[in-house]
Amino acid sequence: MLAPYLPILLLFALATGFAVFSVGIAPFTGPRRYNKAKLDFYECGIEPTPQPMGPSRFPVKYYLTAMLFIVFDIEIIFLYPYAVANKALGLFGLVEIILFVATVFVAYAYVWRRGGLDWD
Amino acid sequence: MTHLLLAAGNTAVSTPSVSYHALAPIFIVLGAAMLGVLVEAAVPRAERFTVQLMVTIVGLVAALVVVGLLHGTRTTTPSPTGNDAFFAGSLSIDGVGLFLQGTVLALALVAALLVSERSVDVGSPIVASAAVVVGSADDRRLTTADRVQTEVFPLMLFAVSGMLIFPIANNLILMFVALEVLSLPLYLMAGLARRRRLLSQEASLKYFLLGAFASAFFLYGLALLYGYADTVDLPGIFTAQQTSGKSDVLLYTGLALLLVGLLFKASVAPFHNWTVDVYVGAPTPVTAFMASCTKVAAFGAILRVLFVGFSSAEWNWRPVIWAVAIASMVVGAVLGLTQTDIKRILAYSSIAHAGFILVGMVAITKQSTASVMFYVLTYGFTTLAAFGMLMLVRDPDGEATQLARWSGLARKSPVVATVMTVLLLSMAGIPLTSGFTGKFYVFRAAWDTAGPLVVIALLSSAVAAFFYLRIVVMMFFAEPPVDSPTIAIPGWAASVALTVGVVVTIVLGVFPQPVIDLASKASYFTG
Repeated sequence: MLAPYLPILLLFALATGFAVFSVGIAPFTGPRRYNKAKLDFYECGIEPTPQPMGPSRFPVKYYLTAMLFIVFDIEIIFLYPYAVANKALGLFGLVEIILFVATVFVAYAYVWRRGGLDWD
Repeated sequence: MTHLLLAAGNTAVSTPSVSYHALAPIFIVLGAAMLGVLVEAAVPRAERFTVQLMVTIVGLVAALVVVGLLHGTRTTTPSPTGNDAFFAGSLSIDGVGLFLQGTVLALALVAALLVSERSVDVGSPIVASAAVVVGSADDRRLTTADRVQTEVFPLMLFAVSGMLIFPIANNLILMFVALEVLSLPLYLMAGLARRRRLLSQEASLKYFLLGAFASAFFLYGLALLYGYADTVDLPGIFTAQQTSGKSDVLLYTGLALLLVGLLFKASVAPFHNWTVDVYVGAPTPVTAFMASCTKVAAFGAILRVLFVGFSSAEWNWRPVIWAVAIASMVVGAVLGLTQTDIKRILAYSSIAHAGFILVGMVAITKQSTASVMFYVLTYGFTTLAAFGMLMLVRDPDGEATQLARWSGLARKSPVVATVMTVLLLSMAGIPLTSGFTGKFYVFRAAWDTAGPLVVIALLSSAVAAFFYLRIVVMMFFAEPPVDSPTIAIPGWAASVALTVGVVVTIVLGVFPQPVIDLASKASYFTG
């Protein structure tokens, strides 16, 4: 009864074990050379955006990246199941997925041409 | 695990058969919207406005023509295949659906012309760059520059495509998707005013938050109905009421929550709180679009839910419709009386009109369906033109919507005052205007089943008539203010839009029979 789930449980255990092990072992094996950058806030590996003085607004540029990420993430979420079942879905499925990709492409073209991919 | 996937890979999935021709209007509008997005990406800024306007108009006209060609269709699509009937028949293209689709398209065409008006204000009524911080140096530059924003056209087309799906959705999940497709662009469009931008952004935020709230109600109702009927199809829910052994509490709570979501979109009291602020804050042509097209789509959906999904539960929802109709008419008429701003008056008037439309829904007859369809058509054109007229009377800092600024307008511009008078008389329901014929047919359809309600409706339309007539009297008989507002001369686009609105208002008042015949011929559902 539970047999089909055994591999999943095993994978869980393996993943947890790997995460705990790597984080746990790091303080003992890694070198410790502290500098200013290491104590800084972590923002995607980029220098943190400086906080403005006074009640002015600060640019929120990450939202564009985040939105784009979600759009293409969703695209991938639909593409994977299609890739697995493309034979069964046949021509109808192919047309549908092309239409879907074309729709996302329109969004991509818009963002690209209107400077959504430029940082400044 | 692996053999599961392999099994899925080997079985051919039966593909649904879709009547693409019956869905063509939706595809055309969606295609035009996508093309509009590509135009934004590819066409240089100088030509963008013209190209966008062309794409919008051609798309809407083509869809309207196809709707006309589809007349008499009775079909539900996609047809059921295999053992997966979940989305089978989720769209039903029938007389009511096509009539309302045609109405939405015709109104959207007129609204698009109003949005494209560029003569009355520098640039256009739409802000050139909505993301610029209000009050900043960039913002001040933009108010005087004639740079124009063209993304509003694809946004509008996306909203229209949602409005085309909304009244033909037979499946509540699809109806919800359509609700979101039509709402999301509207939330954005409400925040795009060129003048009084903070007010506009506030309107946008309010609309979004309350709209999301109403969507949650809709979804909760949907979930309860699914619990009751094991299906989200309206015909399935209808059958389940005869066969399901589950508690009626699920059914009626579900219906009530569903109706809250729908009545919100139709701005019916007591779910009207957003209406006035949003109508006032949004750019006036966008307000015109919202007040006409959204109403048509929302009432179409209410009509389908009640008349297809719950026609046998009539005795249970009729008192609810009575109550909200009365609330809406009274709130609209009484609060409209106390307003001193014309845009707010028109907003309250739209709440009152929502009540009048609901009066037509208390009886499930062909006649009442036709009367509601006719009413939303007449009201749509009148309200479009009325909001359009607001764009013409201007102060240096934008539209002069204060009632006091309109006094004595007839002396400055007899044409504007006369046209506005015709529109206001139509809203008041004076004979020889479309407002009268619309009200007459709705009330006549409701008279046999809901006589007292019709009496209340007549009384509140008499109250409402007072504030329409007050504007008329002010325009013709009051002294103009010292620094009277300027009357802008509309360009070709707004001129065409206003002319269409006024001509339809008068023609449907004098010679309504062909359209009434069309509506009664089209008043059939395919479940």
